[in-house]
Amino acid sequence: MKPAAFEYHAPRTLEEALGLLEEHQDEAKVLAGGQSLVPAMNFRLARPAVLVDIAHVPDLDRIDEADPASVTIGARVRHLDLEHNTIAGPLGSLIASTGRWVGHYPIRIRGTFGGSLAHADPAAEWCALARALDAEIHCRSTTGERTVGAGDFFEQMAFTTCLEPDELLVGVRLPRLGDSWGVGMAEFARRWGDFAIVLAVAAVERDGDSIAGARIALGGVAGGPVRAANAEALMAGRPATAETAAAAAAAAAEEVDPTGDIHGSADYRRDLVRAMVTRALDQALA
Amino acid sequence: MIGESVPRLEDRPLLRGEGRFVADISLPHQLHMRVVRSHAAHGTIESIDATGALAVPGVAAVWTGVDVSDIAPIDFRQVGADQMVPYRQPILAQERVRYVGEPVAVVFATDPYTAEDGAEAVILEVSELAPVLDTTGPLGDFDGRLDTEAYVFTEQTGDVDAAFARAEHVIEAEFGVGRHTGVPLECRGALAVHHRTTQTLEFLGAAKVPFQNRDALAAMLGLPPSRVVLREAHVGGGFGVRGELYPEDVLVALAALRLGRPVKWIEDRHEHLVAANHSRDQRHRLRVATDDSGVIEGLEVEFVSDQGAYVRTHGATVATLAAAMLPGPYRIPNYRVTGRVRLSNKTPAGTYRAPGRYESTFVRERALDAVAAELGVDRAEIRRRNLIAPTEMPFERGIDALGTAVVYDSGKYEMMLDRVLGHIDYPALTWSLAERRAAGELVGLGIGFFVEKSGLGPFAGSRVEVDPSGCVTVTTGEASVGQGFETVMAQICAETLDVGLDRISVVHGQTDQMSYGMGAFASRATVMAGTATHDASLALRQRAIEVAAEMLEANPADLELVDGAVRVAGSPTRAVSLGEVASALGPASPYADGRPGLVTEEWYLTSHMNYPYGLHAGVVALDADTGSLSIERYVIAYDIGRAINPMLVEGQIVGGAAQGFGGALFEDFSYDEIGQPQVTTFMDYLMPTAAEMPELEILLSEDAPSPLNPLGVKGAGEGGTNACGAVIAAAVDDALDRPGAVTSLPITPERLHALCRSSPATA
Ligand SMILES: Cc1cc2nc3c(=O)[nH]c(=O)nc-3n(C[C@H](O)[C@H](O)[C@H](O)COP(=O)(O)OP(=O)(O)OC[C@H]3O[C@@H](n4cnc5c(N)ncnc54)[C@H](O)[C@@H]3O)c2cc1C
Repeated sequence: MKPAAFEYHAPRTLEEALGLLEEHQDEAKVLAGGQSLVPAMNFRLARPAVLVDIAHVPDLDRIDEADPASVTIGARVRHLDLEHNTIAGPLGSLIASTGRWVGHYPIRIRGTFGGSLAHADPAAEWCALARALDAEIHCRSTTGERTVGAGDFFEQMAFTTCLEPDELLVGVRLPRLGDSWGVGMAEFARRWGDFAIVLAVAAVERDGDSIAGARIALGGVAGGPVRAANAEALMAGRPATAETAAAAAAAAAEEVDPTGDIHGSADYRRDLVRAMVTRALDQALA
Repeated sequence: MIGESVPRLEDRPLLRGEGRFVADISLPHQLHMRVVRSHAAHGTIESIDATGALAVPGVAAVWTGVDVSDIAPIDFRQVGADQMVPYRQPILAQERVRYVGEPVAVVFATDPYTAEDGAEAVILEVSELAPVLDTTGPLGDFDGRLDTEAYVFTEQTGDVDAAFARAEHVIEAEFGVGRHTGVPLECRGALAVHHRTTQTLEFLGAAKVPFQNRDALAAMLGLPPSRVVLREAHVGGGFGVRGELYPEDVLVALAALRLGRPVKWIEDRHEHLVAANHSRDQRHRLRVATDDSGVIEGLEVEFVSDQGAYVRTHGATVATLAAAMLPGPYRIPNYRVTGRVRLSNKTPAGTYRAPGRYESTFVRERALDAVAAELGVDRAEIRRRNLIAPTEMPFERGIDALGTAVVYDSGKYEMMLDRVLGHIDYPALTWSLAERRAAGELVGLGIGFFVEKSGLGPFAGSRVEVDPSGCVTVTTGEASVGQGFETVMAQICAETLDVGLDRISVVHGQTDQMSYGMGAFASRATVMAGTATHDASLALRQRAIEVAAEMLEANPADLELVDGAVRVAGSPTRAVSLGEVASALGPASPYADGRPGLVTEEWYLTSHMNYPYGLHAGVVALDADTGSLSIERYVIAYDIGRAINPMLVEGQIVGGAAQGFGGALFEDFSYDEIGQPQVTTFMDYLMPTAAEMPELEILLSEDAPSPLNPLGVKGAGEGGTNACGAVIAAAVDDALDRPGAVTSLPITPERLHALCRSSPATA
């Protein structure tokens, strides 16, 4: 469990980092918190010839709240800082309650938001959150910046995104949620801190006693995070009740097409979708 | 001092980061070994090409099977038999590979990174054969001549057929326990060096059984035993797994000899999970004959142990213990058991904490619950009716295990049952759980009784020596795997010599410090080495008083040993310290009289084990939506005769229980249909963490001291683990109101979810 040999760079500026990525292309890997990349290197599942450590690139560790309509989370903001965020309103509480579920405390100290998205584990909490809120993901290279919606960022295949080898994920823009929104997050894992078998992130906008719109993202049921579109559609306009939540959960269980592994068969995951969506919506409607 | 929960002597270095585990030790010019392992579960080796590896700069040598074909396979340390000899493991695969992870080649290089680069470049070609993955199915082929059933044995006592003929009820059942094992925090490791000046091979990183491994290594390498020195450093957990002689150990020793440089090997976790002994994995089929009141008249069991690809050092130990200990605390006068040790194409198996008993307690206690359900008798009451009474002690089971007859030395089983039922307020608890179930909750209680075994003989020695400063050294050939051995030996010695623990140091696991030793297994170290240390300390006290009497010109009968000094009772100023006595015993001193030094050595011999016993009771709550289970309450009562250090005993119980829950709920080495292990990292091998552990209620008792040793002590290492599987299963049945629902372990959330969905309670 020793990595293959690699070259290590610790650029001090964004330009320098992007230059290195351009120079080495798919020989290079960005090193952020290292909580996924380093284990993969130790197993020699990943064997980058060049590591570009972004630890010293300025400004990537900031949460930018200047815009009244959105919040932009820098790529290198740690899981733990998000768990303890001070973002106002339902968005802040959804980020906090989702962050608690990411791995264990030592992992949350080092692992980063951008790293989680770039790594794109099908059961990653942040990926589901980004998908639920239609996050806008800022990707930079020496040739400029492009912004990709979460729906296009994650590919069908696990651990795959639209990031080009020379691109750095620099930040993620999330819409603020007003007081008409309720949020919820539920996850089932074998043990505390394990990757989810199934997780659900929900945000529901109320219009009085009825539901104006709902966003439900699921992890652990496909190659990437997915939206439960039928369940969302079913909720719109219906009363904000436990019955609606249950009906939506049933619809979500129906529309997913999970594959099984040793921790859970496809059928079991489907049942878990129903349980997790119910729980997440119950919180959101509470 | 005995009976006090003093802090561990071991903690000071360990907590300060001053521990010396084998990975912490390095020698100049050492080479690092990396093992190339089979990627195929079963097949004939077509070729192994090492040219790529040899071309890696820094690689010093590469060996494959042919290079070590002169070295015999690793022999049995325990419970061997002629039939099993052909199934022993060679140190590198010869002609065939039989499990994923089997060593096929080794690469030696100047650093571990280069060694791994080299290992990657070795190309193994295998022509694959169909693997055997289900040992309850048809037997497979081992080597073209032998099939995969390595060993079959039957034990019996009483007249089983007659018991079944007259039985009023006969209950049949099948139960299984999954494949899991001990996973010490410290992986395995070894560092060997051949000292040319002294013609001695020194081997660091030994654990558990250094003396037996010294003898085995000496025999395999053709060296005189006195020229092979094994040393135990700090050991980060044993659990039965760590310290057995494995192929890697022999390869390290052989390489140090042949390559003329120190050779170091540190196992990584990925290797550990496919290479170190697996355990459990038994399937039992049984028939129980009872009378109308539920008294068990007869028990017939047939079981299969999935031994994995080879029979390792433990021979048939696990199966033998499962068979011998299956009847547990119950009288069961007529009993017949057939055990089958069968090979599969999985990692070979050995002992793991409560070997054979975790399995057989699960089977027996499930059977008792089945009897209770069948006859409509309360589960505690059915046990009470079958318990062996104190007046029947010593109780001869009529069966042998580990070369000795199973004779329970002492036990007050019913007293423990009453204590636990009182502690949990059984009627009230049962009632309140029923109420909660009626209100829709899935909550239930399980109980499980068991007898453990400990203190395996036949011998342990201890030498106690005082130096002229009054410092005491206790030397034994026994071993520490991190269980607090040093503290316990020091406490026993301090009790007799009345010296502070800070004045005592304990030497263990160094084969050049003692002529004989056995080691840390079978919950034997405290019982055996403790008794020897107790005896040696008493002898030393006697000797000190004798010599002091001459020095003080006093009558020995008037002398007492207080605070590390011998003094005249009533006139404390007339005293000599133990250090002064030691000083006065130089070889030429008149006091010595041919026996220089203040030193004594005693050997404790016993041909019988002793038998601690315990009872677990647990309450679980199930979540039908997800199949998750939480342990609301868990009580462990354990009688070990005498607790030298109750805190350490509780530590043993808590850690043991965590492992028991692991096997009950989480840990499972599964394989796919071509024999690829599915569980090779901690992402998939799920051990319970602190978050999954309930607060345990521990009821230690000393009702039944062992009559077999002067301290009355029994072993404490395995009772925390023993009944966890049985109790969780019983509690799940109860929560679902469905006796017999759980028939196998582990009870994963998915299985539990399916059980919930098919149970009337949740319909
Ligand atoms: C025991 C354990 C348990 C865990 N449990 C969970 C869990 O429950 N849920 C969960 O979501 N995660 C879990 N993780 C993973 C953890 O959250 C990782 O931190 C996260 O997935 C990756 O973030 P990182 O900063 O560590 O990225 P790294 O490991 O440094 O990188 C991961 C990948 O992303 C790329 N990358 C990183 N940053 C960027 C960037 N800015 N631009 C472009 N590419 C980039 C890297 O090149 C690499 O390919 C666990 C990890 C461990 C070790």
